[in-house]
Amino acid sequence: MTRKQRRLILIGSALGVLFVAAGLVMFALRDNIVFFYTPSEILAKAPAPGTRLRLGGLVRQGSVVRGDDRAVTFDVVDGERQVTVSYKGLLPDLFREGQGVVAEGVLVSPTQFRADNVLAKHDETYMPREVADALKKQGHWQPNGPPPGAEAKK
Amino acid sequence: MIVETGHYALVLAFALSLVQGVLPLWGSRKGDVALMAIGPSAAIMQFVLIAIAFGALTWAYLSSDFSLLNVVQNSHSQKPLIYKLSGVWGNHEGSMLLWVLILSFFGALVALGGRRTPQELLATTLSVQAWISAAFLLFILLTSNPFARLALPPVEGNDLNPILQDPGLAIHPPLLYLGYVGFSMTFSFAAAALINGRIDAQWARYVRPWTLIAWIFLTLGIAMGSYWAYYTLGWGGFWFWDPVENASLMPWLAGTALLHSATVMEKRDALKVWTIFLAILAFSLSLLGTFLVRSGVLTSVHAFATDPRRGVFILAILVVFIGGSFVLFALRGPLLKAGGIFAPVSREGALVLNNLLLTTSCATVFTGTLYPLALEALTGEKISVGAPFFNFTFVPLFIPIFLAMPLGQVLAWKRGDFLGSAQRLTLAFILAICVGLLLAATRGEPVVSAVFAGLAVFVIIGSFAEIWTRISGSGWAPRTILSRAMGLPFSAWGTALAHAGVGVTLFGLAATGWGVERILAMRVGDQVGIGPYALTLDAVAPRKGPNYDETVARMTIRRGGVEIGQIEPSRKFYRARQMTTTDAGLRTYFLGQIYVVVTEQNASGTIDVRMYWKPYVAMIWLGALIMALGGGISLADRRLRIGVARRARVRPVVQPAE
Repeated sequence: MTRKQRRLILIGSALGVLFVAAGLVMFALRDNIVFFYTPSEILAKAPAPGTRLRLGGLVRQGSVVRGDDRAVTFDVVDGERQVTVSYKGLLPDLFREGQGVVAEGVLVSPTQFRADNVLAKHDETYMPREVADALKKQGHWQPNGPPPGAEAKK
Repeated sequence: MIVETGHYALVLAFALSLVQGVLPLWGSRKGDVALMAIGPSAAIMQFVLIAIAFGALTWAYLSSDFSLLNVVQNSHSQKPLIYKLSGVWGNHEGSMLLWVLILSFFGALVALGGRRTPQELLATTLSVQAWISAAFLLFILLTSNPFARLALPPVEGNDLNPILQDPGLAIHPPLLYLGYVGFSMTFSFAAAALINGRIDAQWARYVRPWTLIAWIFLTLGIAMGSYWAYYTLGWGGFWFWDPVENASLMPWLAGTALLHSATVMEKRDALKVWTIFLAILAFSLSLLGTFLVRSGVLTSVHAFATDPRRGVFILAILVVFIGGSFVLFALRGPLLKAGGIFAPVSREGALVLNNLLLTTSCATVFTGTLYPLALEALTGEKISVGAPFFNFTFVPLFIPIFLAMPLGQVLAWKRGDFLGSAQRLTLAFILAICVGLLLAATRGEPVVSAVFAGLAVFVIIGSFAEIWTRISGSGWAPRTILSRAMGLPFSAWGTALAHAGVGVTLFGLAATGWGVERILAMRVGDQVGIGPYALTLDAVAPRKGPNYDETVARMTIRRGGVEIGQIEPSRKFYRARQMTTTDAGLRTYFLGQIYVVVTEQNASGTIDVRMYWKPYVAMIWLGALIMALGGGISLADRRLRIGVARRARVRPVVQPAE
């Protein structure tokens, strides 16, 4: 085998692998990514019902209703709009009324959302970054109070 | 006073790193031996100074010195001793200090163990290392000083984030940092080779131990982190394709590729430019990982202690070092003498394929991790790229790696015989099919689990095919075999073990398909079946810990009616931070695990329970341990070989004329 042929094989296989990988990435990015919306963005951009998305905002005070068999509904608000989320399963430790939340699932109608996953980071001052940005944009941003005892350092 | 000493030592270390960054480099340019000799002493002194600083901070934590802001924010006088200690690096400032401590530790190791390294290379390498060190010391001193004092110290601290109060945290960050920062050594060596414009097979030999050390610790760090997430986050998952996890996976993939390409460079004096590129890439990805974790630009489930303002500083460090090294690479790379091109079917051909697939899969992880960030910057749209993306892109690229791994090992250097080599894997192949069929028949759905488990068996058995051929060549008498086995170089055993470890991990991953999950409400006295076991809830009782109160659910595990153990999942309420965490109950039986999580008690007196039976799940982490062990054995081989250039005994095939 000549040097030229060997080099061709090397370059060919490198290009082949890259091509396959690029194809996989393009295909996966088309089908497997999930967009993030706040309740008012849902109203503004009106994604079709049945779209898979992430919904973020604050859990409205007093809106959490627990049903039978670990079913739960709560409202996610961003100051202007609200969307009712229904979820069945165990909620994360840091899910609380008045706190930020991100729910992943399917939009049923512009005000109804069926979540199959509720995320909350494990930190009591946590505000999901997307939620914080969205609230800041609308002027509803109130930074979380300092953790207990933090007054001491000021 | 001790605290001030620590602070002062840190400032001194910064000044010293500037000296170390300039003088030895200047000396190597001018051929001045005295200037070059400053490098090793400065590197050792720098380590001593940073160790003093780290010791001072540790002392402040152990003595609960609440005049230090950092201690107030992250410690509590009631906290158990081990968490006071691990609290030192459980926060941003402390973890950055640990970062530079490890950086200077590696610098000192090179200075001590580098007497065999040519002086010019050593001096330049230590200078480059000092620049990294200077950048991060400046970062600590300017933006995240752990020694900041408070004018009015409070009487009690805020406590460490409860989720971090776990023995796993005591080990995980140091291991991970040893891996991340370990690649700084290979980076410095690569940059030094580019600056000096000289690189040969010897270079690969000096760098090999450092790559191996970094790789071993990174492997352990990732495995430890994954196990920690598995039992503390309480979701039963061990890998979430989360940005922070990806940040540690990317340098691992690049580092694994580097280990393999450096072998080719060492043995065949080829792939030089590529190896240098990988050395730069591995550390660049480590820096990127530090940036992603520390800056909080990406939403993550694991990122603790983040601060966007500091992100800009780390981003600047990132741009300077990655940009600078790639510019250096572009300028000097073409000057390096290119190595030969070799036959596609050969050991080195297989290693090139390995490199190709590893770097490509690394690129897909990179794309998936940073695409949301790029899209948001460009269009303002927020997206999340989750597990489906990675399963779709990463897994197809790894399947050929698994198939080629055993094959590459049995191929000969220079020119391999594909069919002859494949024949040596017949046994592994037959066993793999048998195990796959057996598992498909006994465990049932999903079939893909059985297929991957079969592939794992192929990898495990195939890893030892080369060794088996080498030791059974001259007869089957046990004594001959034993003596031949003892005579094999450690690196052969190391390679075989590390590859087998990959197979063991793959088996554990494949078996996740057979796991069982149940979510239900239980009353005291209820019994539920999960997999081959039955769990009875005996009692739900409160218990008091040192700095928390917990509710413990006591359960008995039975198999076939016979009691075999207890399991105690609990919920802990941390008093200082008013925060609740879930503590999973875990029991390991025959490599499988029962995993139970409880949530709050319902009004009706029941308690919500989530339980899993995960067969063979322990193999995921066991495999990583085996990989690291293989790396360690391979490392031991180096001592025997250093300085003695081992050439192939005979060169049977002469390269055809071209």
